[in-house]
Amino acid sequence: MDFDFAALTSILALTLRLSTPLIFAALAGLYSERSGIFDISLEGKMLIGAFFSAVAASASGSAWIGLLAGIVSTILFGLVHGLASITYRGNQIVSGTALNFVAAGLTVILGQAWYGQGGRTPFLSGAARFGTIDLPFAQEVAGVPVIGPLYANVLSGQSLLVYVAFLMVPLTWWILFRTRFGLRLRAVGENPAAVDTAGVSVPWLRYRAVIICGVLTGFAGTYMSVAQSAGFNRDMTAGRGYIALAALIFANWKPVPVMFACLLFGILDALAIRLQGASLPIVGTVSVQFIQALPYILTVILLAGFVGRPSPPKAGGVPYVKER
Amino acid sequence: MADPAIELINIDKSFGAVRANKSINLRVDKGTIHGIVGENGAGKSTLMSIIYGFYQADAGEIRVGGRKVSISDPNVAISSGIGMVHQHFMLVDNFTVIENVMLGAEQSPLLAAGIQRVRDELKRLEREHNLEVDPDAVVEELPVGLQQRVEILKALYRGADILILDEPTGVLTPAEADHLFEVLKQLRAEGKTIILITHKLREIMAITDAVSVMRRGEIVATVKTAETNAGALAELMVGRRVLLHVDKGPAEPGAVKLKVEHLSVRDARRVKMVDDVSFEVRAGEIVGIAGVAGNGQSELLEALSGIRRAEAGSVRLLDREIDPIKGADPGALRAMGLAHVPEDRHHMGLVLPFSESENAILGYHRDADLGRGVFLDPAAVRRRAAREIEDFDIRPPDCRLKTSNFSGGNQQKIVLAREMERDPEVLLIGQPTRGVDVGAIEFIHRRIVAMRDAGKAILLVSVELDEIRSLSDRILVMFAGRIVGERGPETSENELGLLMAGVTSQEAAE
Repeated sequence: MDFDFAALTSILALTLRLSTPLIFAALAGLYSERSGIFDISLEGKMLIGAFFSAVAASASGSAWIGLLAGIVSTILFGLVHGLASITYRGNQIVSGTALNFVAAGLTVILGQAWYGQGGRTPFLSGAARFGTIDLPFAQEVAGVPVIGPLYANVLSGQSLLVYVAFLMVPLTWWILFRTRFGLRLRAVGENPAAVDTAGVSVPWLRYRAVIICGVLTGFAGTYMSVAQSAGFNRDMTAGRGYIALAALIFANWKPVPVMFACLLFGILDALAIRLQGASLPIVGTVSVQFIQALPYILTVILLAGFVGRPSPPKAGGVPYVKER
Repeated sequence: MADPAIELINIDKSFGAVRANKSINLRVDKGTIHGIVGENGAGKSTLMSIIYGFYQADAGEIRVGGRKVSISDPNVAISSGIGMVHQHFMLVDNFTVIENVMLGAEQSPLLAAGIQRVRDELKRLEREHNLEVDPDAVVEELPVGLQQRVEILKALYRGADILILDEPTGVLTPAEADHLFEVLKQLRAEGKTIILITHKLREIMAITDAVSVMRRGEIVATVKTAETNAGALAELMVGRRVLLHVDKGPAEPGAVKLKVEHLSVRDARRVKMVDDVSFEVRAGEIVGIAGVAGNGQSELLEALSGIRRAEAGSVRLLDREIDPIKGADPGALRAMGLAHVPEDRHHMGLVLPFSESENAILGYHRDADLGRGVFLDPAAVRRRAAREIEDFDIRPPDCRLKTSNFSGGNQQKIVLAREMERDPEVLLIGQPTRGVDVGAIEFIHRRIVAMRDAGKAILLVSVELDEIRSLSDRILVMFAGRIVGERGPETSENELGLLMAGVTSQEAAE
């Protein structure tokens, strides 16, 4: 029993860590898509953010400079998508796909050119990484049954960025539903003509959404290379951008459901890691490949309409052209 | 003479080589309802977009309340007191009424304060103008008439003194339109100025004080409504004399071509839309079905044309039993001699991105003379399209042009030509002149009567009571899925209107 509970807390703690980049990325997608700009390039942006934050962190020795570099790089990268989709009214899926290819290639080439380690960046340690934070009284309450270990071992002792990610969820909800910017953002994704005739600039709103998307994917990438790992590996995002996209659709573009969807994918990921080689009652030894495939299988099932009809922003993917 | 609310002086606007507005001079007096009529493409909407700051004029000047203003974007228009109710509502469907009203006029970065202000203001507007609407209702769940009211409220909330309405009745039922006119009259009484853009002459005659007629980008006349009439306006719009009434002799009904018995149809929501309907259509007569939109006419047409399965009943077409319950194949019905002009040409009648010639053969593309085996013969297709273009005077006469580039009236002619040129025995026609210009309406009506005179059986569904009355030889009134009365074409509009509103047959006759 004792052992099982310890295993449970460790799976839950891992779930929070694994959900964090998904939450950042899915919320990033939420801002962009709610404004009417479909963003399939979350994956590429995370990769860019992870790479440049690791580079900056290793060069400067500061995780914070790494974060800054990650955010700036993803904003610039995202603006390419904005320029293609908003100003030049291009096809958003094509632009996003192209950017994913660019990100995958660029990070490896630059990494190889600069460090010659097959796309890896140097190992980060000390202040160049985001360490863990102990919440107040974590040690004191650790002895309390059930709640104590959950607080001390699951909630406490995570990276700062984990807490930031979870705080972003209510913040996003508040921005979306309680501020003028949020009202206009939701409106421009549904009916840009209504926003335009109300005297509000459609492109400027959408550019701001794309920039916020860049900031959040910058956090996602930085978390992966500077907090979760100690450096950048080629293709280290491994499809998490797409899973975040799936979570966003599954959650019907709503902030709080987005968090739960990301937690669901996170727990599957955590189980995949913890259950490798473990033997379960009835099933016997679980095949590693099966467990690792679970999040992706879930993605397919969810997106195949298992969750009812998603209702995406109506003007999503459609460039706005002023017309009568 | 009253003070001008808005004056346009020598406004010019070109799109490429097309001059949409040529030296427009217009003066609208304060506290009046000013109509602007013209055919589609006459430049009405362009002119209004210039007033609203959506486009900038190439030359000319706009004065609001005597002061020159340069309306560079909608914000300037709004702050000058100009409000616009667009033909296609500028509403966010999944927003509440409050959210829609405050969008763009929130006044502070946080919403909470603004929401209360909008709520108070809506209450005041509701009290003063009889504009009742639930502020917390989600817009997409409101009927169209109320959605339009939200648009009006949006403009009034922003302090509009000059209200521009672009084709406001196109989507409204007659009752909703009447209510709108009451609201407009009341706004006028309060000193607001209203500009009403329409191509329906009846509306102009009913509520405007003055009217300007536009043709090919120019204002060809501005007259006091009291000093003109519909015929004169139609002539000014089209540039030639137009017959507003259909010239037709008495019908000579022959054999029964279409016989419908006890037909019932449910829609996708499982609601019974057609309820035990029986009637027949004979050769050489036009049977009109009158009714407010949504009373089962659409479902009836769909069931008869084989697009929708019926729940019960039987249909005899040209002495052959067809099974409406199992659903007949529309292609087979067409081969038997049934043609169908669907109510909504954009959704069912045409594929807009296709060329004219492709649309001219849709549904008839298997005709032997159009090709061999799986191949179409492009020359034969073009020949047929060219013939239809000539017969129906479709403009521009270019069968390679994309269908979306044709005007509404010409698109409708493409559908009518396709269905009528195959010389069907029975013709089902839904809303033959919806969104069609006066000149084209006259043409379409003449062709329908000509088919009747050639001995064809015609079933006409229209929400335009005038159209039903002037074309039909017999009128069936549908209400809530049932046929609630049969009348002759000489029946008064009032009596038909009562039947359409569900008043029983006897009461209506009294």
